[in-house]
Amino acid sequence: MSRRRAVVTAAILAGALALSACGTNREEGGGAAAGACDTSKGTLVVGLVAPLSGNLSALGLGMQNSADLAIDQANQNCTVPGYALRLQAEDDQSLPPIAANAATRLASDANVVGVVGTLNSSTAQTVQPILQQRGIVQISPANTNPTLTQGEAYETAPERPFDNYFRVATTDAVQGPFGAQYLVNTAGKRAIAVIDDGKTYGAGLAAAFAAEAERLGATIVAREKVGENDTDFSGVVTNIRAVNPDAVYYGGEYPAAGPLSAQIAAGGLNIPVMGGDALINAEYVPLGGRPGDLGTSVGAPAEDLESAQQFISDYEAANYVEDYETYGALTYDATNIIINSLVTALNGGDWSEDTRAAVVEAVQATDYEGAAGPVTFDEFGDTTNKLLTVYTVEGDAFVPLETGTYEAG
Amino acid sequence: MLSTFLSQVVNGLILGSLIGLIALGYTMVYGIIQLINFAHGEIFMVGSYGGLAMFTYLLPTAIQNQWWFALPLLLIAGAAIAVVVAVLMERFAYRPLRNAPRLAPLITALGVSVALQEAVRVFYPNATAAVPFPKVFVEGTLAIPIGDGIVPIRYTGMLIIVVSLLLAFALNTFVNNSRMGRAMRATSQDRDVARLMGINPDRVIVLTFVLGAALAGVAGILYGADLGLININIGLQNGLFAFTAAVLGGIGNIKGAVAGGLVIGLVKTLGGQYLPGGTPYDYVWIFVVLIAVLVFRPQGFFGETERVRA
Repeated sequence: MSRRRAVVTAAILAGALALSACGTNREEGGGAAAGACDTSKGTLVVGLVAPLSGNLSALGLGMQNSADLAIDQANQNCTVPGYALRLQAEDDQSLPPIAANAATRLASDANVVGVVGTLNSSTAQTVQPILQQRGIVQISPANTNPTLTQGEAYETAPERPFDNYFRVATTDAVQGPFGAQYLVNTAGKRAIAVIDDGKTYGAGLAAAFAAEAERLGATIVAREKVGENDTDFSGVVTNIRAVNPDAVYYGGEYPAAGPLSAQIAAGGLNIPVMGGDALINAEYVPLGGRPGDLGTSVGAPAEDLESAQQFISDYEAANYVEDYETYGALTYDATNIIINSLVTALNGGDWSEDTRAAVVEAVQATDYEGAAGPVTFDEFGDTTNKLLTVYTVEGDAFVPLETGTYEAG
Repeated sequence: MLSTFLSQVVNGLILGSLIGLIALGYTMVYGIIQLINFAHGEIFMVGSYGGLAMFTYLLPTAIQNQWWFALPLLLIAGAAIAVVVAVLMERFAYRPLRNAPRLAPLITALGVSVALQEAVRVFYPNATAAVPFPKVFVEGTLAIPIGDGIVPIRYTGMLIIVVSLLLAFALNTFVNNSRMGRAMRATSQDRDVARLMGINPDRVIVLTFVLGAALAGVAGILYGADLGLININIGLQNGLFAFTAAVLGGIGNIKGAVAGGLVIGLVKTLGGQYLPGGTPYDYVWIFVVLIAVLVFRPQGFFGETERVRA
């Protein structure tokens, strides 16, 4: 295992070196000495923890590239006076223990100014306490489980567990009900089977969905759990077929959701599957997702946002191999917020680990016009931007249906 | 509801015959060299990926859509690749340890298992995530109306049941009636005496691995074609079920492996449907049954009590 990690780390380092070499070349290629920045005080590190391998690597690599883009631009624009920035991307394989190792590695580096990530809510749970010990600010572009910012009793007595943790994605306490409002009120589904994968994200999302759907008058006709690595869902499909649902809501991720959808159809049920942001992926349809399936995602689709056009064209100009995927624009924003807060915290001075507290303060006070929309943080570290979008599968890809702001009804 | 019950029985038979097919490899290798070949599940996985690679990179697109042509090719490719890997595994990982204490090859088997899984993860394009598998058989389901509902049977599921049972039957006939089969049985009873009778045990052992791997390779292709995707974890998961099936049926016994597979399939689907806890607990019931059988009949359904050798 450790050998593999060494290989992966070496590969990532090599990749990072290659990228930074490109950056240098570009500057020198520009020729003018005026383009060079003053980096006499050294190099500071922005960490990233995301799944760069494994089932969710498509999303993770999109995050890595988007963060890399933000850091490249900051270096070119001399955003941080006296310092160069470097992205250190760590692979968490979507596994909480691996994420903890990655966080420990980052936390041991005195030059880490902040961490972008994680993708999974379950990995965030292990990363949060490690970064908190060192007072390192963490901004997630993708975590949606409400307990991460509001504690276990988020419904009755919300309490912020980590003052260094922020997110630019809205929570499942908003996303689940938003999906329920669409499926029940707009799509008119009344008998819904709810399935989840038992992970922090999936179970939380499914519970939030089910509560709102019932409040809106729908019946939850079945409640099932599957394993995230399962490939054969015929048992579950037979179970739910017995209760005649007119829709399935799945709390989980696309690697299981795609085949689940295909097997629901194969089991003789011609009903749509709906899920959360973790379904919105180019691989969903190749893995079995069907036209008519639905998914909600945080924010608005980057392609449709005026504010994201610059990000998209810059991303394309940078020629990354992978697409920016669902969380690209949000990751780009999260990285830029860390960079801007670093500038505020440094205030022209020198970096030391003591500066981290000031970075956290500056992030809390953020008022930023990001690619994915305006960002300010509330007292829990959640974004105040509650914009969500419903997508549906048309042909072999998700297309946006409608974007809206969730309002508790 | 009758239709629900029958649907779950069908699901269980499909899963069960696939697991039985894999379990044959476990049981034969154990029968002949008393090795629990934990890498056998990965042979199943490698066969699946091997067939997929052949389909993706070698098969002309025009043929890809002709299932009656593509499916046999895929089955042969999957079996062939599984066999090649298994023969190499036997030659370089197990044969040097033939006379070592039994624990050594067991640990080696675990090591080979991890190595194969990691090799596919690292070297197969995009193997880090689940990859779609071509639908190389008639798609869709046969819906049989029964009572108040329907019992849907996937055509690929029927294929799995038919092919698995045919292969198990053929293997049983081969082992019991052919000259080579007699050599296998002789070697399993006493390797040294078999050698005195003019049997080359190394050849017999290789043949055992070849047969087991070929069946696992076929199972890998059928599995992918049925579910439409594969990932690198399928070997571990189904290998564990198959191992359990082999133990349940009486390890070393061919009929037992198939019976054990069917029992596991049915326990998983019917347990998930009718026992408290539902589908999240279906794995639990499998191992509850295993433990119960081991308590009351440690040698499994068809097993004989182990001979103590001088």
